[in-house]
Amino acid sequence: MSEEVLPEKTPPSSELMGRRKFLTRLSIALGSIGAAIVSIPSIAFLLGLRKTPQIWQTVGKVEDFKIGDTVSVSFQDPSSLPWAGVTSQTAAWLRRTGEQQFIAFSISCTHLGCPVRWLAEADLFMCPCHGGVFYANGTVASGPPPRPLSQYPARVHQGQVQILASPVPIT
Amino acid sequence: MQILKRAWNWLDDLTGLSALIGPVMRHPVPKAGKSAWFYVLGSATLFAFLIQVVTGIALATGYVPSSGEAYSTLVFISGTDFGRIVRGIHSFGASAMVILIGLHAIRVYLMASYKYPRQVNWLTGVVLLVLTLLMAFTGQLLRWDQTGYWSVIIAAEQAGRLPFIGKWLAHFILAGDTIGGATLSRFFAAHVFFIPAFIFAVVAFHLYLVLHNGISEPPKTSEPVDPRTYRAQYHSLLARNGEPFWPDAAWRDMVFGFLVILTVVGLAIVIGPPALGNPPDPTIIDASPRPEWYFLWYYAILSIIPKWSEDWVIILGPVLFGILLLILPFIANKGQRSPSRRPWSIIITVFILFMIAYYGAVGHIAPWSPRMDAPPLPEKVVGVTSGPIADGAKVFHDKGCEYCHKMSGYGGLRGPDLSYAGDNLNAAQITTRIFSGAKNMPSYNGNMTPKELQDLLAFLESRHRHPVFEPSLGVK
Repeated sequence: MSEEVLPEKTPPSSELMGRRKFLTRLSIALGSIGAAIVSIPSIAFLLGLRKTPQIWQTVGKVEDFKIGDTVSVSFQDPSSLPWAGVTSQTAAWLRRTGEQQFIAFSISCTHLGCPVRWLAEADLFMCPCHGGVFYANGTVASGPPPRPLSQYPARVHQGQVQILASPVPIT
Repeated sequence: MQILKRAWNWLDDLTGLSALIGPVMRHPVPKAGKSAWFYVLGSATLFAFLIQVVTGIALATGYVPSSGEAYSTLVFISGTDFGRIVRGIHSFGASAMVILIGLHAIRVYLMASYKYPRQVNWLTGVVLLVLTLLMAFTGQLLRWDQTGYWSVIIAAEQAGRLPFIGKWLAHFILAGDTIGGATLSRFFAAHVFFIPAFIFAVVAFHLYLVLHNGISEPPKTSEPVDPRTYRAQYHSLLARNGEPFWPDAAWRDMVFGFLVILTVVGLAIVIGPPALGNPPDPTIIDASPRPEWYFLWYYAILSIIPKWSEDWVIILGPVLFGILLLILPFIANKGQRSPSRRPWSIIITVFILFMIAYYGAVGHIAPWSPRMDAPPLPEKVVGVTSGPIADGAKVFHDKGCEYCHKMSGYGGLRGPDLSYAGDNLNAAQITTRIFSGAKNMPSYNGNMTPKELQDLLAFLESRHRHPVFEPSLGVK
């Protein structure tokens, strides 16, 4: 590679210097603006957080559930995209506590989010990751979880049990 | 041959390629003598990265980055002869890259090659280390089986611990309020476009800096680094005792790099790719997510530190370690480079390696995880098939005691081993513990009928190191 050097016999006039200064600033400004108008919509799309609506999702008929039993149910996320496949499901632990009363617990442990399991014989929720244990009412029994299990609002609507599909609880 | 040579001369005349590349390849490097083989780790990391690029592109041609389809495309890829091998290479290649970049960093740290004038070489290397770990994490996740799914949840939960921006960041990681159609595409774009683009750029800058500052000479205790004189000394060393990089030094890089490739491909063919877990279906509750081996030590540390310190360690641990790496070349920019004069560097290196190995092994066993697949205790452990002791053994399993307590080789490691409970505790002590619980044990007060408690006590009281002949117990 050979270095080409501009011939500069006479020192540039102040007019030329001013012109060069202007052209430098113009070029940098155009480059920056060009980069910005491409980047801003791209970043805005990336950061465009979709706020999901909260929807009541049916998980079964009232008579499908026995009073006192805690069972896992699944329902569709409120913001499901057609290509989400099985990941559009959310599981919950549902317990019928009375004729028309239901409680729905999130399956995510409040420690780091692993899925807790219901030990029916022991009336406890246990997390397989770090051994967090919750009592049947969701309060912490032992281990690392800082908070009781999150609950989803649950209701009975026209004979159907419904859960209010809500965001993954971040504790 | 003559035609090829003429063709090359023609192309070279038009492009000037040999004038561009030749001097770069033949730039003088110091003779490294006995430590010459320590200098191959950086290029080997680059070879490992190139393995990942080639196999990654091949995998991308068969992979569909959709939350709903990715898993089945991986099943498809793994089912083809070459897809299986390519997945294996990509997986072992990832491990190789993590190991090699770690060893390279250790070599540079022990030889203090980060001192003047190579501080920015070190800084770009730290950036590459972080990017490599990000690739490792996002790559494991793209497997998009059950572990991949829960890794995203756990990452979001950990990010959620950050003050102020935590919730926002967790939301950003999930690409919404829940895992769904947008989640996997986000990690795919990061793993395939975003992070690799950074790696290419930073590798280019890193290599440029190696050329600009010259490869470091092996440290000598008689020649501590003095920023005022270092460059002049280095150039006189090259003039006195330099050799062209290609091929005098590069042949070692090629030999070692070839061995790396051979090992990775060999392991991929013999062992194959990592097994796919269950599909990423959150309604399959039977999940026990575990990180890959390179993050096991961190997982272990997070699991055994006291609960109150968790938020601090999750957030400040990586930040502090990052800051230490970034300020290292500025607080120690001159002076001795030889590890024999920097005993602390050896102690710190051994400490870090020991920590990664020890806590990695602990994380592999994960004694804090309940063994929720522990089977009911067999007769050879219980000793009887009916009566209170047998019923108590059933209670021990059904109430979840066995998930955390070891019993004659069965069960978990989280709580104390109860194989010989009858030798150590009397019924009153056991009852107190069952009813009051402990930090890591739930209270069973109200969760156990009097009969269940009596049976459980009978079972636990019958656990002795040396069998006691008590014929009455079995038929009471």
